[in-house]
Amino acid sequence: MKNLKKRILLLLSLLLVLSVSLLASDREIRVESSIQLAIDQSEPGDVIIIPAGVYEESGITIETARIILRGEDGAVIDGMKGGAHIIVIKADSVQVEGLTIRNTGLSHVRDLSAVRVESASGVIIRDNVFEDSMFSVYLSRAKDSLVERNRISGGGDRESNSGNGIHLFDTERITVRENQIHHHRDGIYLEFAKEVRITDNIATDNRRYGLHYMFSRDSEYSRNEFRRNNAGVAVMYSQEVDMSGNIFADNVGPASYGILLKDIDNSLISNNRFLNNTIGIYSEGSNGVQIEKNLFERNGWAVKIWANSTRNVFTDNAFIDNTFDVATNSRQHYNTFERNYWSRYDGYDLEGDGIGDVPHRPVRLYSIIVERNPISLILHRSLFIDVLDLAERVMPALTPETLVDEYPLMKSPLP
Amino acid sequence: MKTNTLKLIKYQLRDVMRSRWVIFYLAFFILVTDALFRFGGSGDRVILSLMNVVLLVIPLVSIMLGTMYVYNSREYTELMLSQPVKRGEMFSALFAGLMLPLSVTVAAGIALPFIWNGVLISHLAALGYLIGTAIILTTIFSALAFMIALLTEDKIKGLGLAVVMWLFFAVIYDGLILVVIYMFSDYPLQQPVLVMSMLNPLDLARIALLIEFEASTLMGFTGALFQRFLGSTGGLLTIAGVLMLWISLPLAWGARRFVSKDF
Repeated sequence: MKNLKKRILLLLSLLLVLSVSLLASDREIRVESSIQLAIDQSEPGDVIIIPAGVYEESGITIETARIILRGEDGAVIDGMKGGAHIIVIKADSVQVEGLTIRNTGLSHVRDLSAVRVESASGVIIRDNVFEDSMFSVYLSRAKDSLVERNRISGGGDRESNSGNGIHLFDTERITVRENQIHHHRDGIYLEFAKEVRITDNIATDNRRYGLHYMFSRDSEYSRNEFRRNNAGVAVMYSQEVDMSGNIFADNVGPASYGILLKDIDNSLISNNRFLNNTIGIYSEGSNGVQIEKNLFERNGWAVKIWANSTRNVFTDNAFIDNTFDVATNSRQHYNTFERNYWSRYDGYDLEGDGIGDVPHRPVRLYSIIVERNPISLILHRSLFIDVLDLAERVMPALTPETLVDEYPLMKSPLP
Repeated sequence: MKTNTLKLIKYQLRDVMRSRWVIFYLAFFILVTDALFRFGGSGDRVILSLMNVVLLVIPLVSIMLGTMYVYNSREYTELMLSQPVKRGEMFSALFAGLMLPLSVTVAAGIALPFIWNGVLISHLAALGYLIGTAIILTTIFSALAFMIALLTEDKIKGLGLAVVMWLFFAVIYDGLILVVIYMFSDYPLQQPVLVMSMLNPLDLARIALLIEFEASTLMGFTGALFQRFLGSTGGLLTIAGVLMLWISLPLAWGARRFVSKDF
């Protein structure tokens, strides 16, 4: 209910922004040579049309409220790697659309951005193409803004010399949707964000995280696709995060996760698909997270949950063909696993009610051995290990006693 | 000389075909592979499951059948050696008469269900890799079988030795590795463990399959180190080289023994 209210508020505010900007667009200015010149001559409500061509400009500053910067097909703003922001928005309700913006250059001191929003609200950035910039879209202390349908690719070939695709710092009520982001450091980065919605984006091949989510609350990311990012997705020090319907796939590497959860409280992870990641969900110090109806298939570790994570509930998930379904570092354990489907389950269901009659212990002895001595991974799929696992399953001595699914499902609950 | 060997191989093959174990072996692989398809597996999942079957069944069957085969061929061997046949030729023919049908059976038993499930072309590379590994394992454990059978005249002793050898490579050796890992866990162990695994043909085949089919797991923290070495061209060449050694050393020993043996 609370959530719905918020959504309506957000929608209303976006509509307001839209309608205001539509009403006010009374004058059109065509850029002749300098975009900055056109902006300086504009008044609130003007539409500045940028015809096709390459404009070698940077440091374009917008201080007029409610203007629309609209690129015609083939309009390119090229920062020429000049070491400055290309467009800086300091006024409310500004729109930037249809442009190709590229080449901010690289700085180790400043966060150079293709489009930077500073303490403004009602800004819309849509249908642009960003290429080879350190930061592509940078929102600092922005409110009620929208970033949508941009195609963003980063410059720099290492983590240390590239910035983020969409960077939100200290923002409220921002919607980021249907963007494609690749080859940046972090695809989408949030810090101190409130009520942010990130939906239907595709973040692939980023040097660090597809989505990096820090110190934020009351936000949502759903139906996004995160593939082949060097470290997957990190969600840290946040509360009340809603993560639903995302795809996390092929995040493979020594420190690569579908989702890395660090100190997350009271959140929801539902209907996601984790495919072929080294680690599906890695949970450290996270409490009260509901994990339901997710598919974990062909991951190295589907779930790695540290003993400092408590009150998390795993239910109605499907664990299929993972090397390790659940791994943990202690025999003490305060989370709940109930009514999940485990492809490794070898019990039976005499009553035919779809629930296995024998409880399932998802932690293999081998996963504990690997946890203590990672090098023993080299024995994976050895007959010796199978024998050990079997012995442990018959008489548990090292695996967590309480980490049991008492009601394992016989069939996957997911379509 | 060539024709002699070929002729002998032909007789051996005919003999093997007459005994029924080849048929059983073929039926076993076809049944298992087809069952894996029937239980809702896609091609990728079937290959992953077959990996376990290959690693478990092939060494066991090859070494047991191989040992029996050499003992059973003894009278025939003696008869042939009383003819103008060189001992080296006879040895090659005996080995080929075991290794060829076993390999062909495994390859056919795995590949046929892929053909009639219509996924052969899409999984050609992975399947080739799996079958290749299976054939190498067959060859190595056939060679070991020859070694055992030439070591002792006693059939029961020989078969017992074959079982023990299989147990050693499949189970005990990995247990020893684990003991070493635990005992010396304070030391950097990557290289010693890697070398140790290399000395066991079964481990080597297992790791070669893992690199190809379950890389996401191996890419974990330590796995990355293995991956870096084993996944590189140099690493694969090393694996191939060591596997070749595992074929040629027992064979060379067996051939020498066979040539000088007093039948």
